[in-house]
Amino acid sequence: MIASERKPTEEILGYLEAEKKVFVVACDGCSAGCGVSDPEHTAEMVKELEANGKSVTGTARVEMTCNRGLTALVLTQHLADVDSADGILVLACGAGVQSVAAAVEKPVHPGTNSVYVGGFQGLWRSEPRCAECGNCMLDYTGGICPYTACSKSLLYGSCGGPKDGKCEVDDSVECGWMRIYERLAALGRADRLQEMPPLRNFQNMLPVGDKRRGSLWALELAEPEKAEGKD
Amino acid sequence: MTFREALESQDSTITCEVAPPKGVNMEHVLEEAELLRGRVAGLNVTDLQAASMRVSSLATCTLLEQKGLEPILQMVCRDRNRLALQSELLSAYVLGIRNVLCLTGDHVVLGDHPESKPVFDLDSVSLLQAAQGLIEGRDLSGNELAGPPEDLFLGAIVTPRADPVEPQIYKLHNKVRAGARFIQTQAMYDADTFAKFMERVADVDVPILAGIVLLKSAGMARYMNANVAGVFVPDSLIREMSAAGEKDRSARAEGKKADFRTKTSIEIAARLIRDLRPHCAGVHLMPLGWGHHVPAVLEAAGL
Repeated sequence: MIASERKPTEEILGYLEAEKKVFVVACDGCSAGCGVSDPEHTAEMVKELEANGKSVTGTARVEMTCNRGLTALVLTQHLADVDSADGILVLACGAGVQSVAAAVEKPVHPGTNSVYVGGFQGLWRSEPRCAECGNCMLDYTGGICPYTACSKSLLYGSCGGPKDGKCEVDDSVECGWMRIYERLAALGRADRLQEMPPLRNFQNMLPVGDKRRGSLWALELAEPEKAEGKD
Repeated sequence: MTFREALESQDSTITCEVAPPKGVNMEHVLEEAELLRGRVAGLNVTDLQAASMRVSSLATCTLLEQKGLEPILQMVCRDRNRLALQSELLSAYVLGIRNVLCLTGDHVVLGDHPESKPVFDLDSVSLLQAAQGLIEGRDLSGNELAGPPEDLFLGAIVTPRADPVEPQIYKLHNKVRAGARFIQTQAMYDADTFAKFMERVADVDVPILAGIVLLKSAGMARYMNANVAGVFVPDSLIREMSAAGEKDRSARAEGKKADFRTKTSIEIAARLIRDLRPHCAGVHLMPLGWGHHVPAVLEAAGL
């Protein structure tokens, strides 16, 4: 499971400053379990958007937004509503936001921060797209994570290394920052590369205390019963 | 005259790169630097170039500074986190070093310790921000410094031949906004491309020095075209080098001593200096082991 928490409303509204019409994608997987994208909290988010002058063209629920194929399939059922929106707000982990970005040629904004819970053993994870950095930058980078897509996890643009669009580390891998640049350029937003966001805060990757209080964690933390007999 | 004063004098400025050794024999690098005394405005000292372990740029710069030469400390972000990088900037300052070129750095997998941990806590832009913050008297956490390194002189690099070049231009602007006061470029081999690039960045108001890497052979040129990002050697130069190599081979076949290859390499570098200088604030030479030929290059260029 990837644990997540809602980004502050002001931060989300900041992303949406230039956009009036918003389509919302909410994940029914991990982030729903974290109380971020379940139906109740999604409805709350929609209400907050509308209270701040946004028009919500529709909402889609995707069982596992991290699955690109499934996400694309669900979004095709909402084509008209997605098309009429200026941008898309995604309530899902970083991998989910990137699934949506891969499926649609629209600005995509993260509504959550994926946080590191450290030592949550036994749960299968298939995709390295989200680093659970705790401060999602996918709004700035057009829906492609700079920490996982760039071999050096650079936050301020490509290094001098890419050749023919490929990474200096492995020429079978596309340069993450070239992908980010091309996507932003296709959206007419390449000028966002002028922005210099705050430095990455690695403290956000410390395990989050309040995510450790569920029943799974209780099992995780339970003291094993002592095997030795009484004397 | 310091490197900064040379740039501010508006005269065309020349800098040259020297590389610290792998091991503690410093004679060679110090001799190369000595050959350039009075002939260049600054000596860049590479920082674990190509991700290979060697003597530090800081130690080498310190030795050059003690000899009255003008070092430009290169700093990459691959090997140190933000504490160590800021500390090294302060350390360089107290050792008398004023010029710092901030780079991201090649990835560790390209070097001789590919199994090591790549750091990249900061990158070229954020290292400039950190250094500019120190100049203004505070560290990255906002703590006040007891004595800021007020006259650090910060620089950065750009790759004019990158494809696409737009991301490089955005980043160049960010570097200047972050604190870069001079720019040195990746190797350039055609003045036309460089002139066009300079037109596109006409609004960048810090001096730009065009990079020149000495061509050692046609093979090296072909290798760079195939493998080095942002470097393009035109066919005409490859043919020139290849013809020189051919002449050497036939001379040697007749039992004569000949070195047309070096002569041609020097001529090409001198021609590049003459062709690139009119478009910018000067040139930055990267001899890659041929430092002993740099005086001849400068003479051939009429400098």
